[in-house]
Amino acid sequence: MPHPKRKISKSRRDKRRTHYKASAPSLTSCSNCGEMKLSHRACPNCGYYAGRSMFVPES
Amino acid sequence: MRHGVKGRKLGRTSSHRKATLEALATSLFKHKKIKTTLAKAKTAKTFIEPLITKAKNDSVHARRLIASQINERKVVQELFNVIVPKIGDRPGGYLRVVKLGQRFGDAAQMAILELVDFNDVASKKKESAPKAKAKAEPKQKAEAKPKAAAKVKEEDVQDANVIEETAEVKTDENIEEKKEDSAEKENK
Ligand SMILES: [Zn+2]
Repeated sequence: MPHPKRKISKSRRDKRRTHYKASAPSLTSCSNCGEMKLSHRACPNCGYYAGRSMFVPES
Repeated sequence: MRHGVKGRKLGRTSSHRKATLEALATSLFKHKKIKTTLAKAKTAKTFIEPLITKAKNDSVHARRLIASQINERKVVQELFNVIVPKIGDRPGGYLRVVKLGQRFGDAAQMAILELVDFNDVASKKKESAPKAKAKAEPKQKAEAKPKAAAKVKEEDVQDANVIEETAEVKTDENIEEKKEDSAEKENK
Protein backbone atom coordinates (compact mmCIF):
# COMPACT_ATOMS: atom_id res chain seq x y z
CA MET A 1 0.00 0.00 0.00
CA PRO A 2 1.23 3.56 -0.75
CA HIS A 3 2.41 5.70 2.11
CA PRO A 4 3.25 9.38 2.58
CA LYS A 5 6.86 9.97 1.60
CA ARG A 6 7.52 12.66 4.22
CA LYS A 7 6.34 13.37 7.67
CA ILE A 8 4.19 16.52 7.66
CA SER A 9 6.11 19.19 9.53
CA LYS A 10 4.56 20.98 12.50
CA SER A 11 4.53 24.11 10.41
CA ARG A 12 2.57 22.54 7.51
CA ARG A 13 0.18 20.83 9.91
CA ASP A 14 -0.46 24.01 11.82
CA LYS A 15 -0.87 26.06 8.65
CA ARG A 16 -3.56 23.64 7.52
CA ARG A 17 -5.30 24.07 10.82
CA THR A 18 -5.47 27.87 10.57
CA HIS A 19 -8.77 27.37 8.77
CA TYR A 20 -10.33 25.36 11.62
CA LYS A 21 -12.27 28.04 13.42
CA ALA A 22 -15.08 28.09 15.90
CA SER A 23 -17.99 30.22 14.82
CA ALA A 24 -19.86 32.47 17.19
CA PRO A 25 -23.36 31.27 18.13
CA SER A 26 -26.13 33.30 16.49
CA LEU A 27 -27.74 35.06 19.38
CA THR A 28 -30.79 37.27 19.34
CA SER A 29 -32.44 39.11 22.20
CA CYS A 30 -35.54 37.45 23.62
CA SER A 31 -38.73 39.22 22.57
CA ASN A 32 -40.23 38.56 25.99
CA CYS A 33 -37.47 39.29 28.54
CA GLY A 34 -34.68 40.83 26.42
CA GLU A 35 -31.98 38.34 27.44
CA MET A 36 -29.67 37.04 24.71
CA LYS A 37 -30.76 33.62 23.49
CA LEU A 38 -30.06 31.17 20.67
CA SER A 39 -32.35 31.75 17.72
CA HIS A 40 -35.12 29.23 16.98
CA ARG A 41 -35.01 27.97 20.55
CA ALA A 42 -37.11 28.71 23.61
CA CYS A 43 -35.52 31.32 25.89
CA PRO A 44 -33.71 29.53 28.75
CA ASN A 45 -34.24 32.58 30.96
CA CYS A 46 -38.02 33.04 30.72
CA GLY A 47 -39.17 29.92 28.86
CA TYR A 48 -40.95 31.82 26.10
CA TYR A 49 -40.87 31.07 22.40
CA ALA A 50 -42.84 32.95 19.70
CA GLY A 51 -44.95 34.72 22.30
CA ARG A 52 -45.92 31.55 24.18
CA SER A 53 -44.73 30.25 27.51
CA MET A 54 -43.22 26.84 26.86
CA PHE A 55 -41.98 26.15 30.38
CA VAL A 56 -41.62 27.96 33.67
CA PRO A 57 -37.96 28.44 34.70
CA GLU A 58 -37.01 26.86 38.00
CA SER A 59 -35.74 29.88 39.90
CA MET B 1 -28.20 7.26 -1.08
CA ARG B 2 -31.01 7.72 1.36
CA HIS B 3 -33.34 9.67 -0.93
CA GLY B 4 -36.94 9.59 0.20
CA VAL B 5 -36.27 7.39 3.23
CA LYS B 6 -38.77 8.44 5.86
CA GLY B 7 -38.69 8.22 9.61
CA ARG B 8 -35.98 7.75 12.21
CA LYS B 9 -34.81 4.50 13.74
CA LEU B 10 -33.83 6.19 17.01
CA GLY B 11 -31.12 3.56 17.50
CA ARG B 12 -33.72 0.98 18.44
CA THR B 13 -35.07 -2.26 17.11
CA SER B 14 -38.55 -2.22 15.63
CA SER B 15 -40.27 -3.46 18.79
CA HIS B 16 -38.24 -1.16 21.03
CA ARG B 17 -39.12 1.79 18.80
CA LYS B 18 -42.81 0.88 18.91
CA ALA B 19 -42.68 0.66 22.69
CA THR B 20 -40.92 4.04 22.91
CA LEU B 21 -43.45 5.79 20.69
CA GLU B 22 -46.39 4.29 22.55
CA ALA B 23 -44.89 5.37 25.85
CA LEU B 24 -44.33 8.89 24.52
CA ALA B 25 -47.92 9.04 23.24
CA THR B 26 -49.27 7.88 26.60
CA SER B 27 -47.21 10.46 28.49
CA LEU B 28 -48.20 13.26 26.14
CA PHE B 29 -51.93 12.59 26.48
CA LYS B 30 -51.50 12.30 30.23
CA HIS B 31 -49.43 15.44 30.82
CA LYS B 32 -50.28 17.49 27.66
CA LYS B 33 -46.64 18.60 27.41
CA ILE B 34 -43.47 16.53 27.50
CA LYS B 35 -39.78 17.26 27.28
CA THR B 36 -37.70 14.85 25.21
CA THR B 37 -34.97 14.85 22.58
CA LEU B 38 -35.66 16.64 19.32
CA ALA B 39 -35.45 13.42 17.28
CA LYS B 40 -37.93 11.63 19.52
CA ALA B 41 -40.26 14.63 19.58
CA LYS B 42 -40.36 14.85 15.79
CA THR B 43 -40.87 11.12 15.38
CA ALA B 44 -43.53 11.02 18.07
CA LYS B 45 -45.36 13.84 16.30
CA THR B 46 -45.84 11.69 13.19
CA PHE B 47 -46.99 8.82 15.40
CA ILE B 48 -49.39 10.74 17.66
CA GLU B 49 -51.17 13.07 15.24
CA PRO B 50 -52.80 10.21 13.30
CA LEU B 51 -53.95 8.78 16.65
CA ILE B 52 -55.74 12.03 17.46
CA THR B 53 -57.31 12.16 14.01
CA LYS B 54 -58.54 8.62 14.54
CA ALA B 55 -59.94 9.59 17.93
CA LYS B 56 -62.11 12.33 16.43
CA ASN B 57 -64.51 9.61 15.38
CA ASP B 58 -65.75 8.30 18.72
CA SER B 59 -66.80 4.67 18.28
CA VAL B 60 -66.10 1.40 20.05
CA HIS B 61 -63.91 0.38 17.14
CA ALA B 62 -61.90 3.61 17.23
CA ARG B 63 -61.49 3.32 20.99
CA ARG B 64 -60.14 -0.20 20.65
CA LEU B 65 -57.73 0.81 17.90
CA ILE B 66 -56.37 3.61 20.07
CA ALA B 67 -56.29 1.42 23.17
CA SER B 68 -54.05 -1.03 21.35
CA GLN B 69 -51.40 1.69 21.12
CA ILE B 70 -51.88 3.46 24.45
CA ASN B 71 -50.54 1.83 27.56
CA GLU B 72 -53.12 3.09 30.05
CA ARG B 73 -56.87 2.73 29.92
CA LYS B 74 -57.52 6.00 31.70
CA VAL B 75 -55.41 7.86 29.17
CA VAL B 76 -57.58 6.52 26.35
CA GLN B 77 -60.63 7.95 28.12
CA GLU B 78 -58.78 11.22 28.66
CA LEU B 79 -58.03 11.40 24.95
CA PHE B 80 -61.63 10.83 23.86
CA ASN B 81 -63.35 12.79 26.62
CA VAL B 82 -61.04 15.76 27.25
CA ILE B 83 -58.49 16.20 24.48
CA VAL B 84 -60.59 15.62 21.35
CA PRO B 85 -63.43 17.98 22.40
CA LYS B 86 -60.92 20.75 23.09
CA ILE B 87 -59.20 20.24 19.74
CA GLY B 88 -62.53 20.72 17.98
CA ASP B 89 -62.34 20.82 14.19
CA ARG B 90 -58.67 21.72 13.86
CA PRO B 91 -57.63 20.06 10.58
CA GLY B 92 -54.44 18.39 11.81
CA GLY B 93 -51.42 20.07 13.35
CA TYR B 94 -52.41 19.22 16.90
CA LEU B 95 -48.86 19.17 18.24
CA ARG B 96 -46.11 21.72 18.57
CA VAL B 97 -42.36 21.04 18.85
CA VAL B 98 -40.20 23.81 20.29
CA LYS B 99 -36.43 23.45 20.53
CA LEU B 100 -34.76 24.02 23.87
CA GLY B 101 -31.03 23.75 23.20
CA GLN B 102 -28.54 21.11 24.24
CA ARG B 103 -28.65 18.78 27.22
CA PHE B 104 -25.71 18.65 29.60
CA GLY B 105 -23.97 15.30 29.49
CA ASP B 106 -24.47 14.20 25.92
CA ALA B 107 -25.27 17.53 24.22
CA ALA B 108 -28.46 16.05 22.74
CA GLN B 109 -30.85 18.58 21.22
CA MET B 110 -33.83 18.79 23.53
CA ALA B 111 -37.36 19.88 22.67
CA ILE B 112 -40.79 20.31 24.16
CA LEU B 113 -43.67 18.47 22.53
CA GLU B 114 -47.08 19.81 23.45
CA LEU B 115 -50.72 19.75 22.47
CA VAL B 116 -51.37 23.05 20.71
CA ASP B 117 -54.75 23.63 22.35
CA PHE B 118 -53.47 23.10 25.87
CA ASN B 119 -50.99 26.00 25.97
CA ASP B 120 -52.88 29.04 27.27
CA VAL B 121 -49.98 31.17 28.49
CA ALA B 122 -49.21 33.84 25.90
CA SER B 123 -47.04 36.87 26.64
CA LYS B 124 -48.44 40.35 27.12
CA LYS B 125 -45.99 41.77 24.61
CA LYS B 126 -47.33 39.46 21.93
CA GLU B 127 -49.07 42.31 20.13
CA SER B 128 -45.92 44.38 19.57
CA ALA B 129 -43.16 41.82 19.13
CA PRO B 130 -44.39 39.18 16.65
CA LYS B 131 -45.92 41.85 14.40
CA ALA B 132 -42.54 42.90 13.08
CA LYS B 133 -41.60 39.26 12.70
CA ALA B 134 -44.77 38.47 10.81
CA LYS B 135 -44.05 41.28 8.42
CA ALA B 136 -40.44 40.33 7.79
CA GLU B 137 -40.80 36.58 7.60
CA PRO B 138 -43.22 35.94 4.75
CA LYS B 139 -41.15 38.11 2.43
CA GLN B 140 -37.98 36.14 3.06
CA LYS B 141 -39.76 32.87 2.52
CA ALA B 142 -41.47 34.14 -0.61
CA GLU B 143 -38.15 35.07 -2.14
CA ALA B 144 -36.83 31.61 -1.47
CA LYS B 145 -39.75 30.04 -3.33
CA PRO B 146 -39.55 30.31 -7.12
CA LYS B 147 -43.30 29.96 -7.53
CA ALA B 148 -43.99 32.87 -5.22
CA ALA B 149 -41.03 34.94 -6.38
CA ALA B 150 -42.97 36.52 -9.22
CA LYS B 151 -45.45 38.06 -6.82
CA VAL B 152 -42.94 39.38 -4.31
CA LYS B 153 -43.44 42.96 -5.36
CA GLU B 154 -47.13 42.92 -4.55
CA GLU B 155 -48.55 43.59 -1.13
CA ASP B 156 -47.54 41.65 1.97
CA VAL B 157 -50.98 40.24 2.44
CA GLN B 158 -50.95 38.69 -0.99
CA ASP B 159 -47.54 37.21 -0.28
CA ALA B 160 -48.99 35.48 2.72
CA ASN B 161 -51.75 34.00 0.60
CA VAL B 162 -49.36 32.64 -1.98
CA ILE B 163 -47.36 30.95 0.73
CA GLU B 164 -50.41 29.33 2.20
CA GLU B 165 -51.31 27.80 -1.14
CA THR B 166 -47.87 26.30 -1.58
CA ALA B 167 -47.64 25.25 2.03
CA GLU B 168 -49.22 21.85 1.47
CA VAL B 169 -45.91 20.38 0.45
CA LYS B 170 -44.28 21.36 3.69
CA THR B 171 -44.46 19.78 7.12
CA ASP B 172 -47.33 20.29 9.51
CA GLU B 173 -45.23 22.48 11.72
CA ASN B 174 -44.54 24.97 8.96
CA ILE B 175 -48.18 25.17 8.01
CA GLU B 176 -49.09 25.89 11.56
CA GLU B 177 -46.56 28.70 11.78
CA LYS B 178 -47.90 30.26 8.61
CA LYS B 179 -51.43 30.17 9.95
CA GLU B 180 -50.35 31.89 13.10
CA ASP B 181 -48.50 34.53 11.15
CA SER B 182 -51.46 35.33 8.98
CA ALA B 183 -53.79 35.21 11.98
CA GLU B 184 -51.67 37.80 13.71
CA LYS B 185 -51.83 39.95 10.64
CA GLU B 186 -55.58 39.87 10.61
CA ASN B 187 -55.59 40.91 14.24
CA LYS B 188 -53.73 44.10 13.56
ZN1 LIG C 1 -36.75 35.39 27.52
